[in-house]
Amino acid sequence: MATTATEAAVTGPAGTDDPAGTRARSRRGMRLLRGRKTVIGLGILAFFVVIAVVGPWIAPYDPDTMSDQLLQPPSGAHWFGTTQTGQDVLSQILVGTRGVLVVGFVAGILATVLSVVIGVSAGFLGGTADELLSLLSNVFLVIPGLPLIIIIASFVSDAGDILIAAVIALTSWAWGARVLRAQTLSLRRRDYVEAARATGESTWRIIFFEVLPNLTAVIASGFVSTVIFAILSEITLAFIGVADISDWNWGTVLFWAQSNQALAQGAWWWFVPAGLCIALLGMSLALINFGIDEFVNPRLRTETGASRKVRMRVGFTPVTRASAARGTDDRETGS
Amino acid sequence: MKYLLQRLAFYLVTAWAAITINFLIPRMMPGDPVQALLARFQGRLDTGAVDSLKALFGLDEQQSLWQQYTDYWSHLLDGDLGLSFTFFPTPVSEVIAQSLPWTLALVGITTLISFLLGTGIGVFTGWRRGSWMDSLLPVTTFISAIPYFWLGLIAIALFAVKWPLFPAAGGYDSSLVPAFDWPFVSSALYHGALPGLTIVLSAVAGWILGMRNMMVTVSSEDYVMVAQAKGLSERRVMFGYAARNAILPNISGFALSLGFIVGGTLLVEMVFSYPGIGYQLFQAVGAKDYPLMQGVFLIITLSVLAANLLADVLYMVLDPRTRREA
Repeated sequence: MATTATEAAVTGPAGTDDPAGTRARSRRGMRLLRGRKTVIGLGILAFFVVIAVVGPWIAPYDPDTMSDQLLQPPSGAHWFGTTQTGQDVLSQILVGTRGVLVVGFVAGILATVLSVVIGVSAGFLGGTADELLSLLSNVFLVIPGLPLIIIIASFVSDAGDILIAAVIALTSWAWGARVLRAQTLSLRRRDYVEAARATGESTWRIIFFEVLPNLTAVIASGFVSTVIFAILSEITLAFIGVADISDWNWGTVLFWAQSNQALAQGAWWWFVPAGLCIALLGMSLALINFGIDEFVNPRLRTETGASRKVRMRVGFTPVTRASAARGTDDRETGS
Repeated sequence: MKYLLQRLAFYLVTAWAAITINFLIPRMMPGDPVQALLARFQGRLDTGAVDSLKALFGLDEQQSLWQQYTDYWSHLLDGDLGLSFTFFPTPVSEVIAQSLPWTLALVGITTLISFLLGTGIGVFTGWRRGSWMDSLLPVTTFISAIPYFWLGLIAIALFAVKWPLFPAAGGYDSSLVPAFDWPFVSSALYHGALPGLTIVLSAVAGWILGMRNMMVTVSSEDYVMVAQAKGLSERRVMFGYAARNAILPNISGFALSLGFIVGGTLLVEMVFSYPGIGYQLFQAVGAKDYPLMQGVFLIITLSVLAANLLADVLYMVLDPRTRREA
């Protein structure tokens, strides 16, 4: 499932600790937008956000209303065809977009807050607190998330969107916490942090104004991967019938398609659109994540500047020594 | 050795945490779904079964939580996970024992294939960065964003319904009796081809990306340049110097993403009605069979822990640094 995102997160933090200060930040923010991947990703995401907002109003039919047009292939009247009971598939998908995005982003925000609190305090405090918090996040990292989510969600009858999001967040913060801890560890002993400490800044001020700003990219990439994971988990829950199936989301559409033998009847229009939407949304988020990664770690760039025309050879890669060494460092501290 | 003992202690703590979570979930949830089920099966359960279900799900209100916890452990250590309601009156442990080999075989083989394939492709794309192979990356991104189960649905629609090349469901031909003979094994392989292909296709993208990014990072290291300067063949530098060092984080990443892979495999099993643990979980969820669900969760978690330990041992063999620190 979300392996790409997590793989990206492994390599992502390799060089975030550029203590360039805030002056250059707005300029660099523009540079993030110059990457083609990021722009495509943001574009697709914006499209789905718009649909999530206006979906219920622009849906041509009521997604629950049955008609006598049973199992029709796509046509002018029903762009994505109809279900076995004559419901309009396009309307179901349009109405269902909101639930998907709400759960994804609520879970993403909750999990990110958890991972920042736990990861940064573990890295910054050190000692016993670090040992305990790292143990906690490593335990949650190893316990398989999806089965746990399925068990918890199925014990709660009629689980709503927000509850599902909370359960997903509870099981998915650990990766971010681990990466953030490693980054914080490497930042903690930097000269500018030491300088701040020497001038008598309070611990909280150092965390919020010296450390956190330099973790922005890691936090952002962790947030995006959690959103991908949350969306996939939520759709999965709906698909296997654990979540409340009276609410429309893309997983619910697939649940009905599967339970009504859409496959055996050759009704491809019933399950293809929902799956493509999931894949498109997932891809847009993954692209944003690559954009963040490449922004942070220029060696990963594929489309900008010279790498396009010149065949890259070893030793020609424009990179500073310091960040190359760090790539191995934070994996050591992480384990 | 110290490293290995540390890891072992960590996995023991994790196993304890997972079991305790499993103990707490039914006790924290509102309502008593198991009580309702017990009422439904009144008279058909013998007292021993009722006792073990009460111990596993904490229905005995008189007992203190600690008493319940010790009871829970003693039942667990006896291998008693309660009775399954879906397959009444088969014990959960028996249901799991029947389906576990299917899942282990499916996950084991597909994970190995996708790891080898993905890492291999990743080595080449990372080494020849900027060549046409970079255009593979958006494709892998798209594929890895597709949920496993949906890819399975498409695979069924294409290769089982439209062109009936492979069976759409099951783990073996239902006319055969499970045994280790050629007709059964070949039928099992034939039935496993489509689910296996689905898993490999969705899992391989993650390995390609991880390995590519590590190759890119490693190939700018000094020792790679030295190897190049010595005039070693490109092949030798690529495999002996760059890939060898780049593969380490990929292996630890492999251990960590096992949970995700197992989760995805469960879904593929559900779609293909493959007689493994995921399909049992699916049926248990549909029938609100809580004992079976909890048993499956426990077994999955313990298997993932065991696989992680295995990956750690492998890591120790491959990376001398972990041995020296010991």
